[in-house]
Amino acid sequence: MTTSPDPELTALLDAVYHRYHYDFRGYAEASLRRRIGAALTHLRCPTVNDLRERVLAEPRGFSELLRFLTVQVSDLFRDPSYYRSLRERIVPYLRTYPSLKVWVAGCATGEEAYSLAIVFAEEGLLDRTLIYATDIHPESLRAAEAGVYDLERFARFSDSYRQAGGRGSLSDFYTAQYASAILDRRLKQAILFSDHSLATDVAFAEVELVSCRNVLIYFDRPLQDRAIGVLRDSVRRKGFLGLGAKETLRFSAHAEAFTELVPEDRIYQRR
Amino acid sequence: MVLHLPPTQPSHLVEVLRTRTSLPTREPDDKEPIVPGTLYVAPPNYHLLVERGRSFALSVDRPELFSRPSIDVLFESAADAFGPHVAGVLLSGANEDGARGLGHIAAAGGLTIVESPTTAAVPTMPAAALRRVAVDHAVPAAVIGTLLARLAAPTRSGEAT
Repeated sequence: MTTSPDPELTALLDAVYHRYHYDFRGYAEASLRRRIGAALTHLRCPTVNDLRERVLAEPRGFSELLRFLTVQVSDLFRDPSYYRSLRERIVPYLRTYPSLKVWVAGCATGEEAYSLAIVFAEEGLLDRTLIYATDIHPESLRAAEAGVYDLERFARFSDSYRQAGGRGSLSDFYTAQYASAILDRRLKQAILFSDHSLATDVAFAEVELVSCRNVLIYFDRPLQDRAIGVLRDSVRRKGFLGLGAKETLRFSAHAEAFTELVPEDRIYQRR
Repeated sequence: MVLHLPPTQPSHLVEVLRTRTSLPTREPDDKEPIVPGTLYVAPPNYHLLVERGRSFALSVDRPELFSRPSIDVLFESAADAFGPHVAGVLLSGANEDGARGLGHIAAAGGLTIVESPTTAAVPTMPAAALRRVAVDHAVPAAVIGTLLARLAAPTRSGEAT
């Protein structure tokens, strides 16, 4: 069966790219359609063409659409075994470097960047580590920088933290205030949040570890290859790349640039 | 195959199914090509979608009807990708996930089957679908396997269906 992109959808994405310079043209279609469908309902647009006209006419309409197209929700220590493997298998290598740079690509509202910061803090590495956390969505970056989450989520986060091999208590890293949990300043001080697009930007630093989890699943194969190329260019030789639990380099043009170091947790090492 | 499971634990569904079927059974990776004769199980805490290019895609978008994976998400994407060449089967379940998706499959000309609510361990799910969709078959679970095998078998000339 051949892929026949929907012309209305293509026209919307072209318009968004040319007007606002956000490039969703290489996003995987099935999820993209669902997200556009949700935006149509929310913005009360009967058709994709109506949505295109609205977005072109009103920047506010665009920022609402952007929220539907970008917002991911993650958890602290989502997939605990990933963090356990980082701690047990990768941290011993990282210890040998006098200073460390880490890149969380597609950080959304920051949960993954903070999870890594907590692991690094417990392993005594945070003082010599700079974590770049990037995303394309300004609102998400602001939320990530604030580091304030609903307190009710922390019962589950604490379970995951323990399964991830946490050495103390997750409460060592936040202050509860009413219904919110505010993450510690020492974690925030190690993280630099900024705007970066895997679809249109290039590598900006050479780092020891890139963690890019559940971001590539939203891209089609050609855009995945582009993005993985950027990640490859960013990881130093013998450095590490961590993907989401169901993401793989197996179908990528850049598979040869990496070896599978911890296959069950999708942690790769740059050749 | 989608089963509603708690999001925070690894699922053993693949191992369980492997003891009962000779078909290759696995949780697909993102962008994995769809191979005929294979049983694919949605991984916990992801939505499983079908792309038009005959491959799977995954997403961590919000749960739908409190469910991730969501049956509606799978069914709707499969109907978009394969139109009339989809058969959707909805079994026992405790919420209304799947009813809307089964409606999409029917609208695209696909085949719809639900387990009879009278024999379902929890009737909510198939009952919701029956209220919403004029399904092709509502039969006890024990019959669904035979029904699918019959429908999948190549029709011989002269045989009535």
